[in-house]
Amino acid sequence: MNKPPFASDLSVVGCHTCGLVCEHQDTPGRAVPCPRCGSPLHHRRPNGIARAWALLLTAVICYIPANVLPVMHTSLLGRGSSSTIMEGAVEFWTSGSYGIALVIFIASVAVPCAKFLILALLLATSQRRSRWATRERAKLYRMVEFVGYWSMLDVLVVAVVAALVQFQGLTDISPRIGILFFGMVVIFTMLAAMSFDPRHIWDGEINGGDA
Amino acid sequence: MNVYPHLVACEHCDSVYQRCALAAGEVARCRRCEAVLQRANPGDVNRWLALTLTTAVVFLIANVCPVVRISLNGTHREATLWEFAWALAQGSVAPLAIVAALVIILVPLAQIALLSWVLIFARAGQRAPGFAPALRMLARLRPWSMVEVGILGILVAIIKLVSLVEVTLGAGVWATAALMVLLTVIAHRDLSSLWDQTEHDPKVPSRSAV
Repeated sequence: MNKPPFASDLSVVGCHTCGLVCEHQDTPGRAVPCPRCGSPLHHRRPNGIARAWALLLTAVICYIPANVLPVMHTSLLGRGSSSTIMEGAVEFWTSGSYGIALVIFIASVAVPCAKFLILALLLATSQRRSRWATRERAKLYRMVEFVGYWSMLDVLVVAVVAALVQFQGLTDISPRIGILFFGMVVIFTMLAAMSFDPRHIWDGEINGGDA
Repeated sequence: MNVYPHLVACEHCDSVYQRCALAAGEVARCRRCEAVLQRANPGDVNRWLALTLTTAVVFLIANVCPVVRISLNGTHREATLWEFAWALAQGSVAPLAIVAALVIILVPLAQIALLSWVLIFARAGQRAPGFAPALRMLARLRPWSMVEVGILGILVAIIKLVSLVEVTLGAGVWATAALMVLLTVIAHRDLSSLWDQTEHDPKVPSRSAV
């Protein structure tokens, strides 16, 4: 099967906002606006890989306090106790709600960790212009984009619980600092995934490739 | 600058293809990376606008009506979407309240407002004032709209609380669920088709003229 040409082979560039294919004009340091919608035209997003690495590292650093520090404080008849994200999942598990424990575990541990690993893999291989498993890596990127925001689940659960359980003197639940770090992890990984330009995955095939 | 409206470039790998006409419901995928290249024209702008206005009504109900109500020893407490976000505005966690309000309330609101504005003009084949920034904004907002995560969050919270207190659902939760479905339907359509449907600029020939 003969492969379609890359935009750089035809010296054109596709607008990321409106989809119009335009002539590629090489103007270093200054992006030419799309004639139809006015957004800057880039062959690749400028500094995308460096920016994605920086955001990814920030997210990984925030992930530590997000797991170690408590996310919620429960006071029941004057006695108070704090719990972390993992303790919340374990509590559901021991009380027999395996399904919910699994949902929380996936959203708060499996998804963020998988995102860290996948983004690091994509960034490292794209930097080396690797030609390994390009199609699979492209799929991984789309998966990260699709599942990433579900991690916001924990933040919203804490919000709902804290909003409802406010019976003064009896029982009271309030958010704690860990959930702020967790929210930052979600935001930074989403920004990292957005900064990475998936077209970099194919860079290795453009020059001297079999296209 | 030369433009090539008869071509389409894959957003995910930069492969270039000739545009082709798709029948309703058809999707063109990239041969190289299998990403979606082109969706069939969403067709009727009138229907799209009607759905958007329905979403606006549902959004209003979801924001005004209490979502969940709990009772403990005869005392009740109920909360709306806004109160969920507000509950995070305590001490050092406070910035998160803004994030929560954005992802479940303000971003969906902006999506509904921008789409309605753009579609009202698109009905007549015109580009609304601020058409380009509105479409850019809509594309940017899409990943930050998390009503579906909010619904799952409400469900998990209910299961968490149901052993502790008595939980009743309010009208708000049904409206939020409807909002989730409608928002997915209206916001995940192919926005770039609106460029072609409102094409009048002689510098950029419309697709049919190529």
